[in-house]
Amino acid sequence: MTDIAFVRSEIEKAQPAPRSQTGLVAWMRKNLFASVSDTILSVIAILFLLWIVPALYGFLIGRAVPPGGTVEQCRVENVGACWAYIASEIEFFIYGFYPMAEYWRPNIVFAMLALIGLPLLWPSAPFKVVNAILFFVVFPIASVVLLSGGMFGLRYVPTEQWGGLLVTLIISVVGISLSLPMGILLALGRQSKLPIIKTLCICFIELIRAVPLITILFMASIMLPLFMPQGTTVDKLVRALVGVTLFASAYMAEVVRGGMQAIGRGQYEAAAALGLGYWRRMGFIILPQALKHVIPGIVGNFISLLKDTSLVYIVGMKDLLEAVKTKNDAIEWASPTQSVTGYIFAAAVFWVLCFSISRYSRYWERRLNTGHKR
Amino acid sequence: MIKSLLSVALAAGLGLSASAAFAQTTTSATLDAVKAKGYVQCGVTGGVPGFSAPDANNNWSGLEVDYCRALAAAIFNNADSVRYTPLTSQERFTALSAGEIDVLSRTTTWTMSRDTQLGIKFIGTMFYDGQGFMVRKADNIASALDLSGAAVCIESGTTTELNAADYFAANNLEFNTVVFVDQDEVVKAYEDGRCDVYTTDSSALAAERSKFANPADHIILPEIISKEPLGPVVRQGDDGWFNIARWTYYALLESEELGVSSANVDEMLASDNPAIKRLLGVEGDFGTPIGLTKDWAYQIIKLVGNYGEVYEKHVGPSTPIGLARGLNALWKDGGIQYSPPIR
Repeated sequence: MTDIAFVRSEIEKAQPAPRSQTGLVAWMRKNLFASVSDTILSVIAILFLLWIVPALYGFLIGRAVPPGGTVEQCRVENVGACWAYIASEIEFFIYGFYPMAEYWRPNIVFAMLALIGLPLLWPSAPFKVVNAILFFVVFPIASVVLLSGGMFGLRYVPTEQWGGLLVTLIISVVGISLSLPMGILLALGRQSKLPIIKTLCICFIELIRAVPLITILFMASIMLPLFMPQGTTVDKLVRALVGVTLFASAYMAEVVRGGMQAIGRGQYEAAAALGLGYWRRMGFIILPQALKHVIPGIVGNFISLLKDTSLVYIVGMKDLLEAVKTKNDAIEWASPTQSVTGYIFAAAVFWVLCFSISRYSRYWERRLNTGHKR
Repeated sequence: MIKSLLSVALAAGLGLSASAAFAQTTTSATLDAVKAKGYVQCGVTGGVPGFSAPDANNNWSGLEVDYCRALAAAIFNNADSVRYTPLTSQERFTALSAGEIDVLSRTTTWTMSRDTQLGIKFIGTMFYDGQGFMVRKADNIASALDLSGAAVCIESGTTTELNAADYFAANNLEFNTVVFVDQDEVVKAYEDGRCDVYTTDSSALAAERSKFANPADHIILPEIISKEPLGPVVRQGDDGWFNIARWTYYALLESEELGVSSANVDEMLASDNPAIKRLLGVEGDFGTPIGLTKDWAYQIIKLVGNYGEVYEKHVGPSTPIGLARGLNALWKDGGIQYSPPIR
């Protein structure tokens, strides 16, 4: 036995990775310049950013006229975005022609939407049943009374004076809240064994899906008045609401049907074997699984519905985009970048709304992700 | 909303009896209906500056809006008894014939086919519009006849394009068109100097000019090469309402011609001029026979003003739109705005 000269009593500390594998240079080498094609793409992308970012910065911030500026500041050569115009006309973009003295009424509706609607979207918030009753019964009635007035001493505000973001939100919220349940019923009807119900549902879905939304709204606005007796009219907002909701629910029905077809036959049979009736079978066994499958499809429909609301300009309603377009011609803010600034603002608002819906749906997909993730 | 749905269902059920009730023989069914609901429903554009557009306080304002206000002033002695329905150009005539609006005051060009085939009646020309030319002041062009060899920015597929081609051919001028699909592109191209001339309706030229960084660097040439008479429209078949609508327009013109304005109308009540006396209802009664009051024109002038005032306020040279009176001046000032006498 020779003496063991050295016995390590503790594990040597690991050496740091070689310099060539860490740090900025290595990250760039790995992620940006790994191969020739990567390098070419990276260079193109970097050149593109170098070109677009300063230009965007200059237009949106650098040369822009901040809120509070005057029209004279906007009316110069090579000016950036005229944010002063947006700030000055923001009320029209939000409320349309709603009388200024009555702005508190839409404001209360917006606040109710936030206070009642948001907890409903948040799974761990308490009092779900009360909350749902508040949102689906109390909130719509209170909103209609508040917005249109004519009772309880509130001044009557006809719907043609509603506009801007207010109208966009009303149509989206009503469309989204009604089209999902209607779509589910239509999907169930289409799968039904009762011939009349089945035929009706198929006809409705196929008819609506075969016609563009713009045509439905156009019909509602131009043909409908001709069928009506002289002097009677349907409120334009109601026309838009009905058109948008019917349209969205037909699409929703097909999405839901797609989800139901993904459910194995065994699930239907097992549910029937338990002795459950039709509604329980669907409500407890089939639909919860089916809807979970098609969340991306449903949310896609919601987002396209939100964006489709801007088509209501066809019936003469001034939604957010149309309000912006109207004010883009406003003479008191006439300046070279007036329209561009208006469109950027409208795009930003739509992006915030649609992106929030999209993120929220991702949250539900993760939450319901129980063994189906691929 | 539920209420209106209900009323729709009810109305659909009672459709026949309702239309029968409307056919009663009074001076004007429309006037009766307007008086009963308490406001004039006026169809306007979605927003054309100077004609009908929301102002800084988000109230409708403009030349055509003031016509509706004048109508309301004549009927209700209150120029604010108007509700506005913004209409697209496709739905405007349907809205009128379906009774959704009482009068259409929406940059509508008076043409024979519209007047004779759509069941509508034009009551007059509120604004004589027409195609014009805009050039850069620095180019020192004073007349469209100097435009030979110029590059002209035009929107494609419009009557604008055809009108310009006709005009240049008729005057033996050479020109190069630079054609674009969209109005905004045309303006941008003109601004960027890709052409020397921008042509479209003169009111639109003026509105676009006000958006330039230096509007004063551009001038609109005096030549107008097409006829675009814009005027209010009512439904055919209600002559009483047509009379009220037409004479409201004439009252605006007549008061300017007689020098009666919103500022001096109260003093003018004591005027010795018989024409003014008749206009203001001091002598004779021209309002009652058409279903209005004796002082109908007084109310119009007091609450809205005369044609000249309205023009100056919304589209005249002192506004950002800056349109000279031109054809829209009174006949005695070299224009063609003319009112038959009130007597």
